[in-house]
Amino acid sequence: MMLDGFKRFARNRGAAIGLVILLFVILTAILGPLLYPDSPWKMVQRPFLPPFTMDGLPLGTDALGRDVMAGLVHGARISLLVGLVSTVVALLIGVPIGALAGYFGGFIDDALMRFTEFFQTIPSFALAIVLLAIFQPSLFYVILAIAIVSWPPVARLVRGEVLSLRSREYVEAAMLSGQGTLQIITRQILPNALPPIIVLASLMVATAILLESSLSFLGLGDPNVMSWGYMIGTARTVMRTAWWLSFIPGVAILLTVLAMNLIGEGLNDALNPRLSRKSR
Amino acid sequence: MIRFILARLVKAVVILLAILIFNFLLIHAAPGDPAAVMAGEAGATDEKFIADLRARFGLDQPFGVQLWLYVKSTVQLDLGFSYRQNMPVIDLIWDRLPATLLLTLTAFVIALVLGVTAGVLAASKQGTWWDSIISSMALLFYATPLFWVALMASLLFSVVLGWLPGYGYETIGANYTGFERALDIGKHLILPATTLGLFFMAVYMRMTRASMLEMSRLDFVKTARAKGLKNRVIQRRHVLRNALLPVITLAGLQAGQIVGGAVLTETVFAWPGIGRLLFEAISQRDYSVMLGVFFVSAAMVLLFNLITDVLYVLVDPRIRLT
Repeated sequence: MMLDGFKRFARNRGAAIGLVILLFVILTAILGPLLYPDSPWKMVQRPFLPPFTMDGLPLGTDALGRDVMAGLVHGARISLLVGLVSTVVALLIGVPIGALAGYFGGFIDDALMRFTEFFQTIPSFALAIVLLAIFQPSLFYVILAIAIVSWPPVARLVRGEVLSLRSREYVEAAMLSGQGTLQIITRQILPNALPPIIVLASLMVATAILLESSLSFLGLGDPNVMSWGYMIGTARTVMRTAWWLSFIPGVAILLTVLAMNLIGEGLNDALNPRLSRKSR
Repeated sequence: MIRFILARLVKAVVILLAILIFNFLLIHAAPGDPAAVMAGEAGATDEKFIADLRARFGLDQPFGVQLWLYVKSTVQLDLGFSYRQNMPVIDLIWDRLPATLLLTLTAFVIALVLGVTAGVLAASKQGTWWDSIISSMALLFYATPLFWVALMASLLFSVVLGWLPGYGYETIGANYTGFERALDIGKHLILPATTLGLFFMAVYMRMTRASMLEMSRLDFVKTARAKGLKNRVIQRRHVLRNALLPVITLAGLQAGQIVGGAVLTETVFAWPGIGRLLFEAISQRDYSVMLGVFFVSAAMVLLFNLITDVLYVLVDPRIRLT
């Protein structure tokens, strides 16, 4: 079944394109520090050098004479890091809540789902802003804030899956054989709920990257790391004279997010053709 | 129907209360003295202002009393005082709320109408190049950072082409009145509302398309076809009507994101709404304004949810009976 899924994924043209783009971004993030060992904050030339006008500075310089290409390369690391880690943290919050609600039902289910609904109702972006403004805007809190606003769909999805899996015969057999609740949830139920969770997680990485860039754009990112959103935010004031400074990082975000979405859809078609997008 | 709406209203009030408690906990979780947090960076140096805050919110009293005082004052629409702007927070928000409501509602309508139309078109021409173009566009809009689209749109349509104003709410100093003023505001509204709606348009389009295709395979559609109904009638009366339900559910769930997106759009277009107010409050470390805007934007989300609930009832007659 996994092999079938792999074949279906490989045949999907969109997913293949997405994978190529993502591999390129990952490679940039890994090799970047080797190619650009200097800090992306360092002034290298006079400011506002347009792209393709000087050797060694393919994308020109920004308003403070910093190398745009270096910023882009270092930004790739931050986007991927924040996207991945915040998704993992969101899974760590959402999966247990959804699993407990779905497995136990009744009062626990009610309470946990009201809690989830609450977090789904409040405007998540505004919440992330308030959280980051009150606590210090560091990479740690950026990741935490994104995770806090993005776990509810996970909880809802996992709850639904657990609810439908827990009445299966093999789960009942495990109960009768005297396995503990925790063991049944983690060993019997969750592995079978994995495919839709993987799909949702890949789409969440895309959303997290968008969120991170929006927060940095507003100046709520970690002030010590170069990120794509920050680059656009600082270039905004000089948009009329140097439009490419805001244009280029935006394309980088667009391509990365598009790649993640394409991969997510490919995984969706490959792993569980029956899952609709209702859970999102 | 009325009972259904009433039940939703009660739920909305409960959620609002929960948000108040959440705000309160946030103030106490913040590093530092709660009074200093509420006063903001500008007010924290004023000893008397801090002492007033302490007395009003009973900060030397037990936790429960503090919570009660906080909830009581907020329910009376006292959202604190902005030392920086020298104005009560509620007045600041009240001034800016109409602009945000106008922006978000327009964006919501644009997204819903265009998204559903495009989705219906793509589904009815499934597999043709119409479908490919619409679906690719949706995929692209879905991946585009909102603030970046806003910047690029203002650059293209305002700076380069000069078609539309890319800044503010109305022409300053023009002193238009009546219809002329409405027209002027409308012109200023086009770019922010369209860019804000773009992402959601993509979402609704994909949902409508998927759900139309799913419905078309069901038995009742076959029955309708067997009865000899025209395809157009089947699509409109049977397929679309049922396909809209999940779209409306999704629209309700995403109301919060539209309100959040308004922060970015208003910042880029200098639209004088509560989103821009929030952005200004960040740079000024004005926490009462931030928490106030957060509270009011949550109330707005609940209002949007209520609207989608009513829409749901209108589309699905089954709910009216229960």
